[in-house]
Amino acid sequence: MSYIRPKFRHPGLPKNELGYTIDHYEGSLSTLCAGCGHDSISAGIVQACYELNIEPHKVAKLSGIGCSSKTPAYFLVNSHGFNSVHGRMPSVATGANLANRDLMYFGVSGDGDSASIGMGQFVHVIRRNLKMVYIVMNNGCYGLTKGQDSATADEGSKNKAGSVNHFGAIDLSSLAIELGATFVAQSFSGDKTQLVPLIKAAMKHNGFAFINVISPCVTFNNNVGSTKSYDYVREHVEATSTVDFVPEMKTITTSYEEGTVKGVKMHDGSVIQLHKLAPEWDPQDRLSAINAVQHAKAKGEILTGLLYINEESKNLHDLMGSTNIPLNTLPESVLCPGSEKLKDVNAGLR
Amino acid sequence: MKPTDIKNPEYFHKVVDCQYACPAHTPVPEYIRLIAEQKYDEAYMINWDSNVFPGVLGRTCDRPCEPACRRGRVEKEPVAICRLKRVAADNKGDVTKFMPKGPFKPNGKKVALIGAGPASLAVARDLAPLGYEIHLYDEQKLGGGFMRSQIPSFRLPESVLNEEVDYILDLGIHQHFNTYVKSLKEILDKHYDAVFVGTGAPRGRDLPDLKGRKEGAANIHIGIDWLSSVAFEHTSKIGKKVIVLGGGNTAMDCCRTSRRLGGEQVKVIVRSPFAEMKASPWEKEDAQHEDIPIIDNHVPVSFVVENGKLTGMTFQKVKAVKDDKGKRTLVPTGEPDVFIEADDVLIAVGQENSFPWIERDLLEFDKWNMPVVNDRSFVSSNKKVFFGGDAAFGPKNVITAVAHGHQAAISMHLSCIGKDIMNDRPDPMVNLHSMKMGIHEWGYDSAVVDDLRYVVPQADKKVTLTNRKKEVELGFDIATGFKEAERCLNCDIQTVFSESKCIECDACVDVCPTSCITFTSNGEETDLRERLKAPATNKTQDIYVSDILPTGRIMAKDEDVCLHCGLCAERCPTSAWDMQQFFYNVTKAGKIWQEELVIVK
Repeated sequence: MSYIRPKFRHPGLPKNELGYTIDHYEGSLSTLCAGCGHDSISAGIVQACYELNIEPHKVAKLSGIGCSSKTPAYFLVNSHGFNSVHGRMPSVATGANLANRDLMYFGVSGDGDSASIGMGQFVHVIRRNLKMVYIVMNNGCYGLTKGQDSATADEGSKNKAGSVNHFGAIDLSSLAIELGATFVAQSFSGDKTQLVPLIKAAMKHNGFAFINVISPCVTFNNNVGSTKSYDYVREHVEATSTVDFVPEMKTITTSYEEGTVKGVKMHDGSVIQLHKLAPEWDPQDRLSAINAVQHAKAKGEILTGLLYINEESKNLHDLMGSTNIPLNTLPESVLCPGSEKLKDVNAGLR
Repeated sequence: MKPTDIKNPEYFHKVVDCQYACPAHTPVPEYIRLIAEQKYDEAYMINWDSNVFPGVLGRTCDRPCEPACRRGRVEKEPVAICRLKRVAADNKGDVTKFMPKGPFKPNGKKVALIGAGPASLAVARDLAPLGYEIHLYDEQKLGGGFMRSQIPSFRLPESVLNEEVDYILDLGIHQHFNTYVKSLKEILDKHYDAVFVGTGAPRGRDLPDLKGRKEGAANIHIGIDWLSSVAFEHTSKIGKKVIVLGGGNTAMDCCRTSRRLGGEQVKVIVRSPFAEMKASPWEKEDAQHEDIPIIDNHVPVSFVVENGKLTGMTFQKVKAVKDDKGKRTLVPTGEPDVFIEADDVLIAVGQENSFPWIERDLLEFDKWNMPVVNDRSFVSSNKKVFFGGDAAFGPKNVITAVAHGHQAAISMHLSCIGKDIMNDRPDPMVNLHSMKMGIHEWGYDSAVVDDLRYVVPQADKKVTLTNRKKEVELGFDIATGFKEAERCLNCDIQTVFSESKCIECDACVDVCPTSCITFTSNGEETDLRERLKAPATNKTQDIYVSDILPTGRIMAKDEDVCLHCGLCAERCPTSAWDMQQFFYNVTKAGKIWQEELVIVK
């Protein structure tokens, strides 16, 4: 098995505005199973960061435990990273973010890590609207422990051994909208043309940006009867819209029919161009988003694309009024004002 | 684009750039792998089958394979293919046990080969095992032709040449050395069933109209004649100051030989700019390494003779100017002419064919006084007479001569057994088989090493410049040979795609280090080349296109910088990609229709 990727790259690779070719954003060679959807999502993250001219040292990748949580090793090798305890990635992300708001936070989790052991952490990080991108690589099974059904496995879905799941699935996207998440999207690892602009938009969102990505497990959950196989997802996928992400200062050059395009302006001036495929749906209206998801579900379809966005979102720092300056650049006198100051504080509480 | 027809062997053949560029289509990656495995006998025999003179070519080949090498497109330098061939030749054991052994059962036909150079010897090697009675004629006392007379022994030791010539002569060839053939008619009158002309391009160009040419004749020599005279030990010294005129490989051999025969101040003087010289870059380097300056942009004006003795030459200084159409002309700079001292001058400004011994009524010649020869069958307008090597289409090189020899031998054989020399030619031998050995294991060393090209060590200049026969290049030792062999990208291990197995998971696209693979909508080739993950600007390399996949897209792979690392196939969950070894071998006369060997007289 190869464990080193050859160093040679295509000599004609284009460079982004920072002068980096895309390989600057790659990681080490994946050790996941051949054909794993997670690798496509990693490649989507690499592509998005390259296209948005992200400086790799301004990114922190965080993850929990599971196949999904191994992936930060396979992208952005020049960025910061923290592989945390199972399901506890949101706590670590919260701490890191509060200490240094200048970094961009990429949380990578899986269906087990978020919908089972880490559910408590997941709902609270949504509630707090921590500014981060939170990607769930959702394959409906515990791939790392040989494919048991996970909490997102659909009722009636058949696993590789042939047994049928009798429990209802936790729908992470509906849950996120319900809990007040300010950016909720759903996508499929096999459709990078949709996934990459969604990741780019999520990175520009001023708050918690959640992307639930259906990512087939080729080894344990790609069989006939599974609702998370490549074939099943391709047959049942229904998109809310096609998405173009337009960074600030760029001219918008989409050529869709008038009236079907909705432009959502982000806080930094960039624009998400949505070419709506479902006329009754409005991505800035929570009720409409919930309706759209539930309707699709009732029809047995998987709705993908940007489901809901609140572009006026206020993130945790805005809400708490915390300092604008990363703590590691504050002088000790400010970080630790001394016992006199403590006395003042204590006196104020008497 | 239409789906690529990989059943056509020429498609994958073209992907093996080195083999495709080799005139004899030697299966290069195959023998390089064998060298890495220290199977030198096998590596040698793969070469011997294709190019007949591995030891000679491993030292002297023009290396058309190396500029084609894929490694040169992803890194600075190609694999040292030529010098690896020498590693096989240097380290082999007794290979005669793998070679055909006479006496062969006579088939009753006899052929004559005129000239004992590489082309004729290749014909002899291919035809002898078929039972032909082969008569080989040469004016020299030994076989080898220009390989012996032109290539100095400090580049090609006589022992190496003798060994490889003898492998062929030992097949039971009737040798007529020291025999100058004066008339083709005389040969044909001896009732040969076929005659092969491999007499090379034996006439060196002169500068007869240059002032002082006649007066200084005693110290002015034609390069190839002089080299030949050195090789056969008729000449053993030269003046201290030598001018070599010309910028080709013969000029390089002349100047380096001069250094060994007493030339202390040897200069190469060329008309054209240095970069446009015909000599191979490595031969120019070797000359400069031996303290021989190469003076470019100097056009010879006259030989200067004082008191009946040559004292030097005058040159006009020029510069290269390109006109609107890009045509290059040499324009005088207007500076005064330059005088350069010389005791001897060697003229190496090209060579040409010469057929004074062929009666023109026997076969047709064109307006350039060259025989009319078919470029596939090598037959002349006389259906019993075949040409090959430099004699066929003018001066080229050893490997081209060998390739001609193979094809001419096929034609001669076909003609002798009453078959059509154009339509009955044999197809190449082709094989394609999977290298998959386990889930993530291949039957070849798929890892791509980062090593830069290794330099072949040379013997000390102090020794080589005093002994004409001391070989300059020492060749790679076994360890370095292995490391250099590992630089080969195994281009013959093909990426074979089966669309019926593909689930479009994109794993291959994501993992490919050189961004070769794209899944996209189909289109015309020019449009598709623009839309790939990295634009496919190298038009000489094909795009491998699949049929339509379930999502309506196609798989398009740019062959240009594929590293053949096998990662696409390793990351493919369904084996839609597979690494398959492609073997392509030009069929030689000795291998065809053995069952039809019984020829009725």
